[in-house]
Amino acid sequence: MSEHVDSVRTYAAVWLILLALTAITTAVAFVDLGAFSVVVALAIAVVKMLLVALFFMHVRHSTQLTKLVVVGGLLWLSILLTFTLADVWTRGLIGTPGR
Amino acid sequence: MANHAEAQAETLALREQFDTAEQQKDASTLGMWVFLITEIMFFGGLFLAYTVYRDIYFPVFALASSSLNAVIGAVNTAVLLCSSFTMVLAVRASQVGQRNALIIFLILTLILGVAFLGVKAYEWNEKFQEHHVPGPTFHLEGTGQQGEAQLFFSLYFAMTGLHALHMVIGCGILTWLLIQSWKGKFTPEYMTPVDIAGLYWHFVDIIWIFLFPLLYLIDRHLGK
Repeated sequence: MSEHVDSVRTYAAVWLILLALTAITTAVAFVDLGAFSVVVALAIAVVKMLLVALFFMHVRHSTQLTKLVVVGGLLWLSILLTFTLADVWTRGLIGTPGR
Repeated sequence: MANHAEAQAETLALREQFDTAEQQKDASTLGMWVFLITEIMFFGGLFLAYTVYRDIYFPVFALASSSLNAVIGAVNTAVLLCSSFTMVLAVRASQVGQRNALIIFLILTLILGVAFLGVKAYEWNEKFQEHHVPGPTFHLEGTGQQGEAQLFFSLYFAMTGLHALHMVIGCGILTWLLIQSWKGKFTPEYMTPVDIAGLYWHFVDIIWIFLFPLLYLIDRHLGK
């Protein structure tokens, strides 16, 4: 089969980076960054997700169609999150007629 | 009647309905990803519920979140990342046709998966002892808003519970793969089940990569 086989060295490097990021995100959580705590934690989580998806799940060697489906899935998730939070976070900003 | 289908015997790697083995492999991968997308939306609803209620009942959620043991959470995250590493090495072993390496890495993955569940069980047991399980005996120190605190722990048990259920199913799949590998069913030409199971295992890992900071970490700096 003509599929791509990555080296053990590549996988080991990704694995060590993932462990380091876990240590960093745990340590940073005890430092007071105010509202940025959430931003930093989620940014590190997104980087870890990308590493796992691109390398361990072989998305970088996948067909264009598979890549499109993956991105499409994230798009649907963002619609779910964006529209619901747009509602929740803007309630009370404008008056409700009749109330 | 020597037709085309008979001329080329059907194999696991090339079923009759596909033109090439590569096409069949791509179809399997795509199908698994479509399933994983439905799983993203499934967990996405829980992540959304958590975000909305954390926003509405912020101080109590921060207090409840800080009562979780961040170090145990971090250790368990590391255990799961190690299991993803051994899983990807199992997939690689099957790609290059190393049967013994495949079996060893599948066993290691299974051990790490069970270890994760063991730590999870220890944490849940702790919640029962601390009366942090929603119900009549629930009590969280330091707040008068017990109902809102129970909402946090309801979401905590729903999210970690569903994740643990996926891990249990994953361990079942690993056991099946192990038996098949032992029988020598996988070759470099046909290792699709190992590959697909790998996608599932890494997906469950990604869910935890988000659960860990959201449940354990983001309000830690506020202190108890």
